[in-house]
Amino acid sequence: MNLSGIVKGILFQIVGSFIGAGIMGGIRALMGLPWKTEPAIVLGGLVGAIAFMVGVGAFKDWWKMALGEEVTEASEVVGKQGLSRYFGFSLDHKVIGIQYGILSMVLLVLGGSLALIFRVELAQSGLQLLNFVQFNTLVGLHGMVLIASILMGIAAMSNYVVPLLIGAEDMAFPRLNAFSFWIAVPASIILMSSMFFGGFETGWTAYPPLSVRGPMGIQMFFLGVFIVGYSSILGALNLIATILTMRTKGMGLFKMPIFAWSVLATSIISLTATQLIGLSFQLVMFERLFGMSFFTPSDGGNPILFQHLFWFYSHPAVYIFVLPGLGIISELLPVFVRKPLFGYKWVAMSSMGIALTGFLVWGHHMFTAGIEEYLRVPFMYSTLLVAVPTGVKFFSWVATIWQGKARFPVPMLFVLGGIIVFLLGGLTGPPNGTVSTDLHLHDTYYIVGHFHNTMFGGFIFPIFAAIYYWYPKITGRRMSETLGKIHFYLMTPSFFLMTFGQMRIGLLGMRRRIADYDPAMGFDFTQLLITIGGYLIAISILVFFYNLIVSAKKGESATGNIWNSRSPEWDILPSPAPVHNYAGIHFNVVGEPYDYGLIGSKYVELAQGIHQREESD
Amino acid sequence: MKHFSIVSILVILLTVIVYFFLQAVGLLPTQASSQAIIIDQLFDIHIGIIAFLFSLIVVFIGYSLIVFRRNKQMPDEEGQHITGSSKLEIVWTLVPLAVVIFISYLGAISLAETRKIDPQALDIKVTGGQWYWSFDYPDYGITSDVLYLPVGRQVKLSLTSMDVIHSFWVPEFRVKQDVLPGENLVKELRFTPIETGDFMVLCAELCGGAHAYMNSPVKVVTDGEFQDWIDEELGNFPQDPESLGERLAKNNGCFGCHSVDGKDGVGPTWKGLYRSEKTLVSGEKIVVGEDYLYNAIVNPNSQIVLGYPANVMAQNYGELFTDEEINNMITFIKSLE
Repeated sequence: MNLSGIVKGILFQIVGSFIGAGIMGGIRALMGLPWKTEPAIVLGGLVGAIAFMVGVGAFKDWWKMALGEEVTEASEVVGKQGLSRYFGFSLDHKVIGIQYGILSMVLLVLGGSLALIFRVELAQSGLQLLNFVQFNTLVGLHGMVLIASILMGIAAMSNYVVPLLIGAEDMAFPRLNAFSFWIAVPASIILMSSMFFGGFETGWTAYPPLSVRGPMGIQMFFLGVFIVGYSSILGALNLIATILTMRTKGMGLFKMPIFAWSVLATSIISLTATQLIGLSFQLVMFERLFGMSFFTPSDGGNPILFQHLFWFYSHPAVYIFVLPGLGIISELLPVFVRKPLFGYKWVAMSSMGIALTGFLVWGHHMFTAGIEEYLRVPFMYSTLLVAVPTGVKFFSWVATIWQGKARFPVPMLFVLGGIIVFLLGGLTGPPNGTVSTDLHLHDTYYIVGHFHNTMFGGFIFPIFAAIYYWYPKITGRRMSETLGKIHFYLMTPSFFLMTFGQMRIGLLGMRRRIADYDPAMGFDFTQLLITIGGYLIAISILVFFYNLIVSAKKGESATGNIWNSRSPEWDILPSPAPVHNYAGIHFNVVGEPYDYGLIGSKYVELAQGIHQREESD
Repeated sequence: MKHFSIVSILVILLTVIVYFFLQAVGLLPTQASSQAIIIDQLFDIHIGIIAFLFSLIVVFIGYSLIVFRRNKQMPDEEGQHITGSSKLEIVWTLVPLAVVIFISYLGAISLAETRKIDPQALDIKVTGGQWYWSFDYPDYGITSDVLYLPVGRQVKLSLTSMDVIHSFWVPEFRVKQDVLPGENLVKELRFTPIETGDFMVLCAELCGGAHAYMNSPVKVVTDGEFQDWIDEELGNFPQDPESLGERLAKNNGCFGCHSVDGKDGVGPTWKGLYRSEKTLVSGEKIVVGEDYLYNAIVNPNSQIVLGYPANVMAQNYGELFTDEEINNMITFIKSLE
């Protein structure tokens, strides 16, 4: 029977989970201990994830290599064509990019829907729909599922676009690339399964001692995130290797498209920081499973230690989420204003600057937590320092737009929306950075509003821009401009309604993560508006999905350089992009990537102007 | 140059409009502590900077998109070939750097101001637990579930938690401090209430279950009223077992989970509990009597009523309370029959 990879993987995962749980039950039975669900589901989850990878075929080639058998070179593998290739194991970075994209969108819908449920609860004071555990589970999963969605989304953009931008045939390690994607699938399933094991009460931050007590769903949450971490770390490693070693001839680091710089910066953070969240979650898992009291004060542990470990990843993680999006803005802006990117080197270095300073600021999440008093002021200085490289980006964008001859197709609308929304996210940040004002703002809805601004401006708007922009490269067809405009003009004001409402009541005393609030505080009306804003965003995204699916078959044909871009994937390749990218094509980098407005200049040029593809085919 | 003059004027105009709009909508709650005044001054500076930077970026982009828009007759018109300016980049790196360092400096001053110590401060020990607050006044030997504060006098809170992390926050006072479990992790928070009135302590750190309801009243009163309250607390309350039991339950946060008016909570209501028939998780049917109540207080997990979660109630009330106190509480519960 020829099952597609994903179906086989999931079947293997189910069987593996039962085997894992059975082994744990068996061991305990042999020791004369009664059945206990918590250790059984943890081992079941772990074995299930490995079984999934076996089922999908991720280990096959490596196994053969270990046995000394011949393995087909990745570049010579003739993959399946048609839609089915996206549902099985493939080594093609473009297929993997789309696979990441599909997973990201699935998680976006799931994570967003969770918010739609608890927003109904919050639309008025009192408890109507949910009990406390359900509410807390939804809030926590909304956070983490969307973090996973964002990680998959940036991986989708990086995987699909980066090799095309730098003229590479594929990623540096195609098998590792496939592994990095597929491991995220069972991880997402495990993460979602936390709902069915009693949920959890801790929010996505999972602070002990709360996470040490309470429902065991938290274990599936920890395990899911732990495994998603592998996807991030290995994917980042691959991207760094690809960007550093596989650029086409003549493309120095300062001649690569700017998006590659932001992916490089992001990947450096992912590669080095993700371990810390994995470790912090693992320690709580062990505390629950084996009674190792890392974080329980009465047994000699320290709950603050967890927060240090957690935020050492989770603050830089915010820059992991936004840097690629900001890179998309820098990449597309010159194309649509027909002017060079202002201060290319400064923009490139600002990404690295953000990546570096991002590591020095985690303490600002702990200003009220009871860290040593003398640490708060240095963390305040380092935190506000992030404003400097971020400012360089904004000023460079403004200077790029200044006197440009702007066109406004849908991707450009999302780029501009991204700039304004991220500006609001950036400007609402410093009050959280200075300690005394943060004493008021910490753990309020203001933080929720600020954070949603940074995520929408730094990820949601840019990824929509990227999808509208590169969609023809994937399908050979354009997405509908009309539907795209409806999407944009519905989502943007709805988002402002939501986020201004959140910040407004937060400043007045609305706390985060509460299922009910005192009607005397007068928040009911604003809460209702926030809920309405959220639902309107959801509707606009439904319009987007309709457009995305229908345009694949019925969209206007677009095989050439429709954006009139200088970048090689548009300037040289036809759409949809050929299976082996630039195989058989030799091109040279002959100019600067963004010299728009310089008549007669080119960024890339075919060697002797010969289309060797036709000959080699 | 003409464009830059127009843009500059527009930026200034919009800055003023945004700044006064944000001031006019009343962004923050009342200032009820001297720390709130200091902190709000820093908020003001932030609002000014936000208004300016927002206007700067938005006006430049908006102006350029409108004024330099493409000529309709030349749809393929390209922009000018300007690749950058190191001079400008250095300016907009160094100027923000200086501003950022200055703001941090102001932030440090502001923090120091809010933390000024008054040696005459009133000591209060604050205990947080799932899901209640309890306030001890060691100078007077009083324990209360309402935070009474004399106006104009600094209070020094020493905060500790019975179980998970909580956070002490009164929005009108602005300041916030997490409340940690562990004897070595007692944290301190100081503030000076400057306005009499009723406020609420809100738990600001997710602490599971009824986190949303972990609120206790704060009453800021005049010196005289504060003294009256102390006198009343110290002498004039009834000493019969039922009243003593009620006080004990109130001050230890029992009502956070068990209502006395029949409303369902995290735990079973106490109204009509005595002599009622309950089904336990084990399936056993019992009639609530004194023995059951005693056991349910000192060893709550052993006889959980069906439909209620285990592991929520603290296990150490047998050590915390004397037998006499427990019997008082049982007397109180019996009175609610």
